[in-house]
Amino acid sequence: MTAERAILNGMRGAVAIFSKDLYSELRTRYALNSLLMFVVVTLSIILFSTAGETVSPSLSAGILWIIIFFAAMSGLSRSFVSEEERGTSMTLQLWVTPSSVLVGKLLFNSLLIYILNVMIILAYMLTMPSFVVKTPLIFFTTILIGTFGLSAASTFIAAIISKANSKGTLYPVLSFPILLPLLMSVIDATRLSVDGAAFGEAIGDFKIMFSYCVVVTTVAIVLFDFVWRD
Amino acid sequence: MKNWMKIGIGVWIAAVVAIGLAMPIGYIPGLGAKARIIFFHVPMSWLAVLAFFMSMWYGIAYLRKKDMTLDIKSATAAELGFIFSILATITGSIWAKFNWGSFWNWDPRETSIFVLLLIYGAYFSLRSALEIEERRATLSAVYSIVAFVTVPFFVFIMPRMMTGLHPGEGSPAPIVNASGKMYMDANMRYVFYASLLGFSFLYVWLFQLRSKIGILSYNNHTEIE
Repeated sequence: MTAERAILNGMRGAVAIFSKDLYSELRTRYALNSLLMFVVVTLSIILFSTAGETVSPSLSAGILWIIIFFAAMSGLSRSFVSEEERGTSMTLQLWVTPSSVLVGKLLFNSLLIYILNVMIILAYMLTMPSFVVKTPLIFFTTILIGTFGLSAASTFIAAIISKANSKGTLYPVLSFPILLPLLMSVIDATRLSVDGAAFGEAIGDFKIMFSYCVVVTTVAIVLFDFVWRD
Repeated sequence: MKNWMKIGIGVWIAAVVAIGLAMPIGYIPGLGAKARIIFFHVPMSWLAVLAFFMSMWYGIAYLRKKDMTLDIKSATAAELGFIFSILATITGSIWAKFNWGSFWNWDPRETSIFVLLLIYGAYFSLRSALEIEERRATLSAVYSIVAFVTVPFFVFIMPRMMTGLHPGEGSPAPIVNASGKMYMDANMRYVFYASLLGFSFLYVWLFQLRSKIGILSYNNHTEIE
């Protein structure tokens, strides 16, 4: 088999995994529904605890990412954990290459968390009066790159914890140190966008976010074989 | 490790401690005698990072060769790294109270050692959550590699982007400055390097002892089965 055919087959496999996950999600809408409820719950806790207080704009930027982080932590592990629980991971191992599985799951998780983030941000902007984005370009770029990095790292950690006991508790514990460089730069960039900084001021943060995405995705693809064929 | 080497390490470190505390170090603006922490605190942080690297190194070796002794060595390196990062955090924190006025300031280097502690903690929780030995070895090796590639973001990139409090960051740079040049007088530099060397040998010794114990108990336990 030539290299081009192998790549083409791998892409076909990835698309197949992605559409399988999408169909099974559309059939039950389990992940999206429960995640939306999670966001509503988290947001109301924050609103109750800040009721009557004026939250400073830069603090509100941090709170936004706390919601996004924990929403991702409660939703993204399902992609691999459900395969282990239903015992379907062997079937996937037979049919597609490991990298197709990773890319397919990564695409699905990215789609899920992009949709989720749009909802979170809309709800947050409506309920948090101090959160006003003054430089939309910085904000959109941050969401675009930052969400992908979040989904790349957490998809890979999900593959690791799906083999372990006490999956739910372990997931944020393992993900947080890995995600921290990304979180710090996205929080900083969001703060800049709320403060109305010029686009040039956030370039440093974008460089970190972008290199983080490249590094984590590369490492995930290289090491996924070991995790998957275990 | 030979007996004379063990005694040598003991004498060497005792000498470094004594000289480091007693020798005149000259006038250092803003720090004074508090600068002596460099002889103890910096080697510990260095070992914390070195052990983290060794853990990843043995992890990669395990993934290539699938030899359980390599996994034991990887875990041993992580255990020692954890101890040394706790020591570096405590010594640094006590020093920070006297120099900067509070135990913890979220200076970029404090953040990076904090992340290192978190990673070690996560590594051990992952190990304890995996019961099958081969699986535990593979997954913890993978995790230590992933963790190792994200750490440079803290150690090299962040301290250069944010102004920190550590000596050498910010405008008065009495000992080590951002370009990596050292402004220590010659005597102080010798003691510093001697201390680095002594603690590194101590690490090697501890590492050999711990991994020997680990391998022996692993063999014992597989024989019983």
